[in-house]
Amino acid sequence: MSSAVNTQSKTFGVLVDIPKCIGCESCSVACKLYNDLKWDPKRKAKTARERAQEPNKGLWADDWTSINLYEPEKNGQKVLRFVKTQCFHCLEPACASACFSKAFQKLPQGPVIYDQSLCVGCRYCMLACPFDILKYEWEKAIPGVRKCQMCAQRGANFQIPACVSVCPTGALTCGERDELLAEARKRIKENGYIDHIFGEKEAGGTSWLYISDVPFDQMRFRTDVTTRPMPSYSEGYMKLTPLVGISWAAVLTGLYVYNNKWKEPLD
Amino acid sequence: MESARKRWSFKITPMRLVFAAIAALAILIIIVRMILGLGATTNLNDQWPWGFWISFDVLLGVALAGGGYGIALIVYVLRRDQFYPVARSAMLTSLLGYVIVVLGLLIEVGQWFNFWRPFVSWGHSSILFEVFWCISMYTIIQVLEFCEIGTEKVFKGWHKYFKKAMPVLLIVGITLPTLHQSSLGALYYMMVGKLDVLWWSILLPVFFLLSSFFVGPGMIILESALSGRAFNHKVDPRVFQGLMKISGGVMIVYLGLKIIDLVVAGELAKAFAFDFVSIMFLLELVCGVAIPICIAFSKLSASRKGQITFGLLTVGGVVLNRFNVVLTGMRDYLSGTLGGSYFPAWTEIVVSAGLVSIACLVYLFIAENFSILDHRGSEPVKGVMIEHGKYAYFK
Repeated sequence: MSSAVNTQSKTFGVLVDIPKCIGCESCSVACKLYNDLKWDPKRKAKTARERAQEPNKGLWADDWTSINLYEPEKNGQKVLRFVKTQCFHCLEPACASACFSKAFQKLPQGPVIYDQSLCVGCRYCMLACPFDILKYEWEKAIPGVRKCQMCAQRGANFQIPACVSVCPTGALTCGERDELLAEARKRIKENGYIDHIFGEKEAGGTSWLYISDVPFDQMRFRTDVTTRPMPSYSEGYMKLTPLVGISWAAVLTGLYVYNNKWKEPLD
Repeated sequence: MESARKRWSFKITPMRLVFAAIAALAILIIIVRMILGLGATTNLNDQWPWGFWISFDVLLGVALAGGGYGIALIVYVLRRDQFYPVARSAMLTSLLGYVIVVLGLLIEVGQWFNFWRPFVSWGHSSILFEVFWCISMYTIIQVLEFCEIGTEKVFKGWHKYFKKAMPVLLIVGITLPTLHQSSLGALYYMMVGKLDVLWWSILLPVFFLLSSFFVGPGMIILESALSGRAFNHKVDPRVFQGLMKISGGVMIVYLGLKIIDLVVAGELAKAFAFDFVSIMFLLELVCGVAIPICIAFSKLSASRKGQITFGLLTVGGVVLNRFNVVLTGMRDYLSGTLGGSYFPAWTEIVVSAGLVSIACLVYLFIAENFSILDHRGSEPVKGVMIEHGKYAYFK
């Protein structure tokens, strides 16, 4: 993907307007078709309500996005809300920081992409992911990690992600992240939504942003997630390591020389 | 006599046959895993991508092998010569421990043939990157350190070169494990908000490092008790007593830091909630640390029974600690919040047991054929074969 097309300052994202989603699942179908993902007959038969109850929120190795149906409360009344689930494409992704072979990469344009040819298969990324999005091909002899790639190739051709391109209700909007944030604030005000853009600060900020008229924690959003960028948890440690290593080796050398000076060598 | 030393021997005992049987079964399962994948041979899943193999083979294997660098530090760098008699066997155990870790990892990762990727594709922001480099380098260093022993018997011409290289090997061989023992703990920095606060702490690397160090003497005691029975070999109990004091001292620091850490985090009440998580936590600290401290600094430390109890409790405590970090501490999030579930499959357990059996067999072979247990100086101890495979030693 050419970085000359989009400059660093232009990072793209998608705004998900939860109340606008009618659960038609066009996005899921588009995702399957564009990414050439197989349908599993058993999983295909699951309803949006059932997927919402799954531990993986309806995401499997071959299902990169899922429309889940929740029943949150609004003004004391139960309402139905469809939530599109997929990788959040963090601004500073934990998976990329946790990967010791650089199999994950954050493109300046927004997508966090994965290259199986570099992957060793340690699955540290899966545990590091603050939203538990990454899935593994457990049934394969040579497995890889699977997740939404935010249609990075389409982005390179100035096209919006497949899922966004087919949304008939305007629940999904693709654009520059800063503009999306402004748009989100506007909609929150106009529609009386909850005053919270999920993804603005979560895990240090994500490319996918959610707004809603019902509390996020009733739709299995991880609202207690840290707002510190995930890589910052290990950055300081990794920076300190070479220094600590060299100093410790120097101390050991000193001790070795000093303690062996007056003694017969051991052998 | 010289000809008796030169012979290779490997006595077949019932215990060794059991080891061989477990190893054979494990190898069969490993073959199935290679052909059918992880889904067919483990209970791992998307909610529980790390399970028994990571906790047992890697975190625990590395920790228990930690006795090697500890004893190298005490004997060769600090020159506490009284502990020299156990140095070689401790370092051999450590080497074999790492071989288990490396083999275990190759089976555990999805694309084992890509194991070399991090050597060229540097994911240097990852703590696992450091762990990977240190473990692989340290394993090579340990093999070279063993070559110093090996060349006493075979390829004798090389011996003097290995001997010359030993100081460098030893110093690098202490630095590397210090780094990655702590980094194994730091891996869990990323699991912030997922790993239970009883274990997640900014001090995780310090806890992992200290515990890998203080488990060393316990491991050496157990290992000497086992190999002592196999080879009819006894180590002066005063050697162990001294080691237990060192271990106990480090444990006091560890226990103190643990308590301070909980108080600062304001989670002391959670430790005494007496739910499953808190009981596992207390079990680990009381039985694995507090009681061993009492043994180490009491008269019990002189008795064989006291020493063995100390060994069992410390090793058990560190085993439990690593299982708690990987499994117990993640349970509330992965199984509770997410709704996943995991219990190791019998195949996972057999493979781990098989790897340990292989290491035991290799240990027995090396101890039987090289100067390990009775090593006191570079002159090989003379032995007379009194019956098939059994030697009587004298200096």
